[in-house]
Amino acid sequence: MARIDLVDLAHSYGGNAAPPESFALKPVTMTWRQGGAYALLGPSGCGKTTLLNLISGIVTPSRGKILFDGADITPLSTQKRNIAQVFQFPVIYDTMTVGQNLAFPLQNRGVPKAEVEARVKQIADLLDLTPYLGRKATRLTADAKQKISLGRGLVRSDVAAVLFDEPLTVIDPELKWQLRSKLKALHRELDLTMIYVTHDQTEALTFADTVVVMHDGRVVQSGTPAELFDKPAHTFVGYFIGSPGMNIVPAAVSGHEARVDGHTIGLHRNYGVLPAGAKIEIGVRPEFLHVAAPASGLLSATIERIDDLGRARFARVRVGDEKFSARMPPGFSVPDNMVGLVFDPAHVHVYADSRLVEGVA
Amino acid sequence: MDKTINQKAWFLVLPVFAVVAFSAILPLMTVVNYSMQDTFGNNQFFWNGVGWFKELLDPSTDLGGRFLASLGRNLLFSAIILAIEVPLGIVVALSMPREGWTVAVCLVILALPLLIPWNVVGTIWQIFGRPDIGLLGYTLNSLGIDYNYVSNEFDAWATVIVMDVWHWTSLVALLCYAGLKSIPDAYYQAAQIDGASRWAVFKAIQLPKMNRVLLIAVLLRFMDSFMIYTEPFVVTGGGPGNSTTFVSIELVKIALGQFDLGKAAALSLVYNLIILIVCWVFYTVMTNAGVERPAKKGGA
Repeated sequence: MARIDLVDLAHSYGGNAAPPESFALKPVTMTWRQGGAYALLGPSGCGKTTLLNLISGIVTPSRGKILFDGADITPLSTQKRNIAQVFQFPVIYDTMTVGQNLAFPLQNRGVPKAEVEARVKQIADLLDLTPYLGRKATRLTADAKQKISLGRGLVRSDVAAVLFDEPLTVIDPELKWQLRSKLKALHRELDLTMIYVTHDQTEALTFADTVVVMHDGRVVQSGTPAELFDKPAHTFVGYFIGSPGMNIVPAAVSGHEARVDGHTIGLHRNYGVLPAGAKIEIGVRPEFLHVAAPASGLLSATIERIDDLGRARFARVRVGDEKFSARMPPGFSVPDNMVGLVFDPAHVHVYADSRLVEGVA
Repeated sequence: MDKTINQKAWFLVLPVFAVVAFSAILPLMTVVNYSMQDTFGNNQFFWNGVGWFKELLDPSTDLGGRFLASLGRNLLFSAIILAIEVPLGIVVALSMPREGWTVAVCLVILALPLLIPWNVVGTIWQIFGRPDIGLLGYTLNSLGIDYNYVSNEFDAWATVIVMDVWHWTSLVALLCYAGLKSIPDAYYQAAQIDGASRWAVFKAIQLPKMNRVLLIAVLLRFMDSFMIYTEPFVVTGGGPGNSTTFVSIELVKIALGQFDLGKAAALSLVYNLIILIVCWVFYTVMTNAGVERPAKKGGA
């Protein structure tokens, strides 16, 4: 259990001399508090696994430092870092039983036998592995094996952090839900710092208190699931999180107004000074934009398609060359495909060069 | 179920049948035929029934004594070279680099002994070990070690064993290396994180992942060493005395040296039978080891 500080941490697989844009992880400085549940979320190749491997010591950073509780552990080997990690695919020691697999990390560190037994029993109970303790681990199903891998990650009580590298990839969707809530419960029970890497937003948002969204080697936003949803700091966060993602369209913004396709949309805040020469866009989540019968004050649009997601319907509409997703109120139907768009001004955000601009109230 | 009856299929099987008949069944039957008879040359044969087989298994007779003694030597030889080559091959495989240009260099160097024809291997060591002109023999004698594989039994055995180790450890090493290469990196990373020592990594990951290739290596090396002929024949000719006369050398002595076709035929049938039984045991062990794999896969 430890607080983890990343200080100007960066990594390039091409070495330190590589051009800054090619770095797999661009310089990042952030602090993760002890006992927190964090998720690193981003598409494949965004650097999230690199960041995880830097923390566990499998990869040595090109630049920067990693501190555990203020102590610089950057030069230490994986063994000395006191970290547990669970990998994407189950790693099982073939010749051992389930119990021996769970006890392995403790035995290697010379933990007294009675303590090992008690801890293995506790973890096996938490993961429902108790009936299998005496069985050879090779004969079990993939999800049971992954549970053993999880168990080996959680069995040490003194670890600085437990790292998960997309641990539920090989698990059936049905079991994924169970294991995910199990992990959440284990986090509360065991009071361990957990860092969870995934490209699945549902996994990240349900598991973590704090989600760190990564894009192209950069941390673009770190916040609670609600913050990421309500106030994306970057257009990438806007459309990566949420289903369907945020509508982001070019606009001319001045003061309390944004103009899209010749139509004026009112804004909640005042955007007086915007960076000169920047690409200005507005973003609004489909949840805060709905279609209505065409009217003079509304931005008129053409419906292209309607996606019925069961709990809600979203219309794909077109305004000039721009496309929007907008909520369809229950029971709403259109005679022809022409509709008007109603914006919720409180949830329309302004972005300059993809970054959120805070307006003045 | 409508089975198509097509007698033409027989014509497709026939060539194979003919080839197998001429290459395996007829020669084997000839040997079976000889094993029941005795000959004094001149193409004259006399019926002897199972007499040769009885003699073969009776150590008090000349034939039985020679056969059982050479069989014992052969089994001892196989046991010794397995005990050396398997652990040595594993150590070599473990110490090989895992990536980079040195891998290719190591592989070529390891493959070299395997590419040398067997009688050339024999000749190399025969000259290498000679006390008068051989590098090894001369050096050892200069150091005050009385080494002479022609006159000393222990030296003859040591030479034959070291030669076999030199010739074949590469095979075990290459097989093990292939087994090691197939272990995903995640296993090593997980072991690092679990704080496993080098020995624990070997015991918990590398050895279990290598056990199938090791089984193949043991099978190949056992079969090959049990049938060894060329190298010891070239180096020691089976001597001094009969000390390095293995079963195949004894067989050739009886068949071609004494022209006792009946005795030789009986011996080769029993020799063949031993190899078949050993093959069957290995095959059973290997397929049983294989049964666990699908079960694991099915579960996955």
